[in-house]
Amino acid sequence: MTILMDPTSERAPENRQPLPRPADLEGKTVGLLDISKPKGNIFIDRLEDLLVQKGLTTKRYIKPTFTRVAPVELNQQIAAECDVVIESLAD
Amino acid sequence: MSYSVIVKEDCSTCQLVVPVIKQLKGDDELTIYSQDNVQFPSGVSVIDDTQLEYSWHRRIDTVPTLIKFDDNGEELARVVGWEKSEWQTLTGRPLGFDLPDFRPGCGSKSVDPGMPEKLAARFDRDKLQSRELTISMEEDDAEACYDRGWSDGLPVVPPTAERVMRMLTGTNRLPDEVIGVVPPDLVPCTIEKIAINAVLAGCKPEYLPVVIASVEAALQDEFCMHGLLATTYFSGPLVIVNGPLSRAIGMNSKGNALGQGNRANGTIGRALQLVIRNIGGGKPRGVDRSVFGNPGKYTYCFAEDETNSCWESLAVEKGFSETASTVTLFAADGMQGIVDQKSRDPESLSRSFAAALRVVGHPKMIMAADVILVVSPEHERIYRLAGWTKQDLKNCLNRLLTIDGSELIAGAGGIAEGIPEKLAGKQLPKFREGGLNIVRAGGSAGMFSAIIAGWGASGTIGSVPVTREIK
Repeated sequence: MTILMDPTSERAPENRQPLPRPADLEGKTVGLLDISKPKGNIFIDRLEDLLVQKGLTTKRYIKPTFTRVAPVELNQQIAAECDVVIESLAD
Repeated sequence: MSYSVIVKEDCSTCQLVVPVIKQLKGDDELTIYSQDNVQFPSGVSVIDDTQLEYSWHRRIDTVPTLIKFDDNGEELARVVGWEKSEWQTLTGRPLGFDLPDFRPGCGSKSVDPGMPEKLAARFDRDKLQSRELTISMEEDDAEACYDRGWSDGLPVVPPTAERVMRMLTGTNRLPDEVIGVVPPDLVPCTIEKIAINAVLAGCKPEYLPVVIASVEAALQDEFCMHGLLATTYFSGPLVIVNGPLSRAIGMNSKGNALGQGNRANGTIGRALQLVIRNIGGGKPRGVDRSVFGNPGKYTYCFAEDETNSCWESLAVEKGFSETASTVTLFAADGMQGIVDQKSRDPESLSRSFAAALRVVGHPKMIMAADVILVVSPEHERIYRLAGWTKQDLKNCLNRLLTIDGSELIAGAGGIAEGIPEKLAGKQLPKFREGGLNIVRAGGSAGMFSAIIAGWGASGTIGSVPVTREIK
């Protein structure tokens, strides 16, 4: 454990915050990441149906295995091709 | 009346005075603090000061040190090392007759290399007011600094309390002193916050006064740091350091002065940028709307070469003495080279300079951007041999850069850019009065000079160069 002195104006909360969420999904491309857990594809299929019904563009991705973090190339591909991503966890 | 003595076993003088300490202890008015072994001296009660808290608070630099207190616990006097007569005078009694008259003491453990800042961080922590952030064992310190947005893109030094304390030894100013308000978020800026950012930037403590003066200069209203940050233009703050301190801290004013490789040049300019980023909240593509930026927005800092110059320095021109150390802040674009290897008289070389200076911003742009002309020693020599002062060169350049308005109006030369047509026929200066600045720097071989163009908004509508003395 290391203690660091804050070099900032201390206006931001002490803990790191997630990136701001988009106000809505209009015109956005939604990535759907199946992490290769059993039945994750069923969950993703249903989500995709709902998103497409709303007129959104979706793109599908699959992690090689749920036991490891996603390969850097897959992260980069999703970041380049999508505005937001939904990751499924299922069993 | 009471006494305390601070000792360590690993000190031959402390070993020597053990009989004296035991004699004083026998009178039950002596408290013994041991820095390294609570069994030393043996056979008497000893207070454990292996954490060095007592030694730190008493500012002990030598052991043994014998301190005399009054009945209220106020220190009356102290002696360091062993000097028989002084110990006798302090205690008012005969001591150590069989000991030599004098033995120097040893260094206190509290002043071992690296120890003062450790102890300051441990025992003077209340002097720092900044929020403490806990980085977990799983996080890499350097990555944690990136993740929190503190970096300009290059690695920063993680600002531990020890490092911040060490940085603060570079100034006598109190950590909680507020020196101004940093744009764009208009945040009060303390010496402590500057010191933390100086740690991030990689500064040595001896650079801190230069960083503080740079921040003070940047925060002057006439420098217009907010506008300079927010502009779509290329510019950012450039720090030019003059005076003996620039040499004392080893700044580069000679070969590659505008380039990489010198710690002071590199980190002082960077610290200023990190202050604007981290304290002021001014970040690229946030409030910083620059179309391109320039490489100097990582760091832009050099010293004027005042040694053997025939010209008075920028600081002297600004009214400071030759013995003063100053910073001058200038709202600067990147650097443009001038190559003239054939001129051997000042008139010819000045015409080269003028032709190159004409294009600052745009060949038709006038009285908008200021400029710094950095003249190399080989070019300066031509003026030295001809007896030209810096003012002579400025006068010549301003004369050569007085341009007929008909060359500058919109549409002239088939270029839509330009000044209003009504100015055709008027004789107009390229630079506003006082807008042309000259410094001498650079390597001794090479007939090159350099133009550092300024922000397109100079003078009262934008930024004026600001010079501050370093204190």
